[in-house]
Amino acid sequence: MNELTAWERLEIIRHKNRPTVRDYIPLIFDVFVEMHGDRYYGDDNAIMGGIATLSGMPVTVLAQVKGRNFNENRKANFAMPHPEGYRKALRLAKQAEKFKRPVICFIDTPGAFCGIEAEERGQGEAIAKNLFEFMQLRTPIISAVLGEGGSGGALALGVCDELAMLENALYSVISPRGFASILWKDASREKEASQIMRITAEDLLKLEVAEKIIPESVGGAHTNPQFVAENITEYLLDATQRIGTKDIDLMLSNRYNKFRKIGEYQE
Amino acid sequence: MLEDLFKIVKTRLNDDDVKVDNKVDIEIPEGLLFKCPRCSYVLFVEEFDKYNRVCPECNYHSRLTAKERLDITIDKGSFIEYDKNMTSKNPIDFPGYDKKIASLMKDTGLNDAIITGECTIRGYRTVIAIMDSRFMMASMGSVVGEKITRAFEQATEKGLPVVIFAASGGARMQEGIVSLMQMAKTSGAVAKHSEAGLLYIPVLTDPTTGGVTASFASLGDIILAEPKVLIGFAGRRVIEGTIREKLPDDFQTAEFMLENGFIDSIIERKKMRRALASLLKLHLAPNERVVKR
Repeated sequence: MNELTAWERLEIIRHKNRPTVRDYIPLIFDVFVEMHGDRYYGDDNAIMGGIATLSGMPVTVLAQVKGRNFNENRKANFAMPHPEGYRKALRLAKQAEKFKRPVICFIDTPGAFCGIEAEERGQGEAIAKNLFEFMQLRTPIISAVLGEGGSGGALALGVCDELAMLENALYSVISPRGFASILWKDASREKEASQIMRITAEDLLKLEVAEKIIPESVGGAHTNPQFVAENITEYLLDATQRIGTKDIDLMLSNRYNKFRKIGEYQE
Repeated sequence: MLEDLFKIVKTRLNDDDVKVDNKVDIEIPEGLLFKCPRCSYVLFVEEFDKYNRVCPECNYHSRLTAKERLDITIDKGSFIEYDKNMTSKNPIDFPGYDKKIASLMKDTGLNDAIITGECTIRGYRTVIAIMDSRFMMASMGSVVGEKITRAFEQATEKGLPVVIFAASGGARMQEGIVSLMQMAKTSGAVAKHSEAGLLYIPVLTDPTTGGVTASFASLGDIILAEPKVLIGFAGRRVIEGTIREKLPDDFQTAEFMLENGFIDSIIERKKMRRALASLLKLHLAPNERVVKR
């Protein structure tokens, strides 16, 4: 599978049967209890959150929700969160900190929603606040990109101790289409953009943005979701164990440095 | 329906009583005349400069270079610049990026879209960062991210406040995912500074958008903005594309942000230096406060 191009991977993650977080949750966790609402404005179906057990260990799960059909997608706003979604995620992350359980974030979004109400309710502030608070959250945070990691809307669940990518998942500053449209004024050069943007799991490992690639089944996760779920589970057990046994201040300083070191400049 | 949504903002904007005389719909030769993007008023650039680049008709506060901003904000001769020689690399080998950077460095005399350093404002010491929209719309790549992070780290170490004049089109696309990560990096540096009990004041200027709005620019203890400037997360055209409707002119202005509760105050350019000085004074460390009895 390693020789697949970013464009081929994009086609795999756009496959109509690509498993979503709703498919994975029952395969990974023993129980999952969903929690709702940001306590300020409302409940956003584009981000779900709740408490689950991973091999008996309580964890908080935060996830962007792709629908498996049109109705589910409409309900979840095609996984494009509003500010209240990010605020719900923050509320549950703080709750996880209080009760000393790790936070597991599943990223799968084209980006934060772009609309009038999102602006009125402070989309920028909601994302910024999550980056700020997650950086200091005194409990382990492990994020995994399941399919599409789109921009700041993905990063709002992406400040973590370790970032894992499913083998075909992509993570980028903007969609290849948006990239082509902004930099070349030609959205039709989407495929070309995808090839030069360095957005595959391997690219991100090299750029030290991601720490782990989780293997998918041959042809993509839709061919064997059970297999992929087992791989995710195995990774999560390992990561929560590895990170959770560290001294908290050391963990936080490692988390800061994980992002601190990214950037290429000369002086 | 949209009209209703923006009624309050509109009323506020209309207070300025814009004249119709100078509103023209013509192509403006560059460098000679300035046409206000908010009210379309036209005047000579020379005259406009005398108003500190504020539209005399509608009070729109247009863009300044980082150098101009520094000169009208800080005490003369007090600036000690940080990381002056830092320049960008090309992390994803984007075609033409190096050339573009080189040509902008030549045109603007800047090494990237931001200057950072230490200064005093009416005698109050602070770390300051000023973004310059002439440099790739002050988008945030590795250099902007690193310089802001270092500015906060210096301030944390020295126990100083931070003032940032933000302006940005958002993350710098040409640096791919590396630019996105600068959002997390700068926000982390803000968090450490904040944890140390130190003051941070972002001043939002034209335009503050995208990944900068969604990171350090929204994380101040006190957030100020200049009148009428553009502040938002998503681009206007993107939103219009989503909702398939034209947005009103006053959408995503400083006034809109104030109305919706995301900034503390709108301050005119001519009053900014004084306002910053008073805020810095109010946040002096307990042992530096002068209390009259």
